[in-house]
Amino acid sequence: MTVPLDLRLFSSLDPLRLAGSECTDCRTTTFPVQADCPRCARRTMTDVELPDQGTLWTWTVQAFEPKPPYVPPAGGFQPFPVGYVDLGRVMVETRLDAAPGDLRVGMRLRLLPLDVLVSTGTRLGYAFAPTEETRS
Amino acid sequence: MKQVAIAGVGMVPFGRHEPEYSGRDMGVDAALKALADAGLRWQDIDYAVGGSNVSGKPDTTVSSLGLTGIPFVNVRNGCATGTVALTTAAQAICSGEAETVLVLGFDKHGRGAFGATPADYGHGQWYGESGLMVTTQFFAMKARRYLDTHGLPETVLGRVAAKAFRAGAANPDAWRRTVFTPEEVMAARVINPPLTQYMLCSPAEGAAAVILTSRERAADLTDRPVTLASASMRTRPFGSFEVFASWLPPGADASPSVEAARTAFAKAGITPIDVQVAQLQDTDSGAEIIHMAETGLCEHGEQVALLEADETSPWGRLPINTDGGCLANGEPVGASGLRQVHEIVLQLRGTAGERQVAGDPRVGFTHVYGAPGISACTVLTV
Repeated sequence: MTVPLDLRLFSSLDPLRLAGSECTDCRTTTFPVQADCPRCARRTMTDVELPDQGTLWTWTVQAFEPKPPYVPPAGGFQPFPVGYVDLGRVMVETRLDAAPGDLRVGMRLRLLPLDVLVSTGTRLGYAFAPTEETRS
Repeated sequence: MKQVAIAGVGMVPFGRHEPEYSGRDMGVDAALKALADAGLRWQDIDYAVGGSNVSGKPDTTVSSLGLTGIPFVNVRNGCATGTVALTTAAQAICSGEAETVLVLGFDKHGRGAFGATPADYGHGQWYGESGLMVTTQFFAMKARRYLDTHGLPETVLGRVAAKAFRAGAANPDAWRRTVFTPEEVMAARVINPPLTQYMLCSPAEGAAAVILTSRERAADLTDRPVTLASASMRTRPFGSFEVFASWLPPGADASPSVEAARTAFAKAGITPIDVQVAQLQDTDSGAEIIHMAETGLCEHGEQVALLEADETSPWGRLPINTDGGCLANGEPVGASGLRQVHEIVLQLRGTAGERQVAGDPRVGFTHVYGAPGISACTVLTV
């Protein structure tokens, strides 16, 4: 099994679920985990599992190769879409596994694993993709 | 409270200069130009504040300007650096600590988009490895969300850039002086949709300087002193949509610009409707559109009518970024806010040449916005 990109991103690897932190006081939820609540300015956070489905809030396509530590595929850089997915309690920034022409703000998305290249090999990252009912 | 005025301004034009011309040396030259404009010598300066993002410590300029031993504060607040330096300088005068202050900003950036290290923004390496550590992604996503929420057509993005290049063509010191139509801007190479190549400003080189002094002293120095009616800076509130954010709270529509602008107008006793010429952070076309409403210069959605009627060009009713803004001048990050002040001073003096706003403007406004969620605004009057 592929090694996770960062253990702190995930609450479960099978099934894949993202980890966040929730403030026990104001319910603000962050991704990934963090110790301090940015709203209450206190150390009131507990770890939570984030929903694996949500809706697309905004998106773009990364059309040029990002600078390191991003590592392009051996065959050369290919543009990829990115966006924010609204999971209800928090919005998470994510790679999108979709054709840009299919993307619409408000469409349903679900979590899935993504191979991410790093300088020492391949790691397990995350992406969101349109659910079956919203695929065109 | 003591009133602060602008006695002089100076700039080393933004763009590309000789490789050996350092950011720091541009800073020295901009300072000398501002001193000459004010009719002052370096020995008259009793306090200085300077900013640079990547080109060294601004206080090193004293080895060229003169080792007079004055206090010199260094500021580093991203794209807001210049105006934060100006705000700090104004406070030194208001407090009675200083009487005549140099405010300086410079930078010399390489070509291409800014790179950033995940750890510098509190992220693990995973964030950069996933391909998310790209500033222009953020500009594009913020623009798309704004257009979608307020029902604006993408064509407004082309109009903003085309307007910037027309203003740039009328500004002999601008970097980009080629005129493009909105259609040409829309059809240019896509960087991060909906943003194309001409809708994003480029990192550049340059310097700008401002001499601040008390209102009384300025009246002795110049016939038409520009009053710094207010200067205000804010960091991001909760719920603000900022660059390099791995998460946002649902809805995220707050902004540091709203509070920085509101405070600046309140302190000056002036309302946005009084503004006759404005400079807004236009890192990209979408940013200018968003900032028009966030600063209170128009309502959300009203940008379409203003842009279609060309009201925000130097020849319109609400002139914005009359020198071509970041889009036509590029951005040496540390100097950008002071370029805005430089332009408003020329406009209020009535010496802006071909791009001079009609009707003898008396109220100007500047706004900068930068990473990771900082804004600073000024109100300038004559």
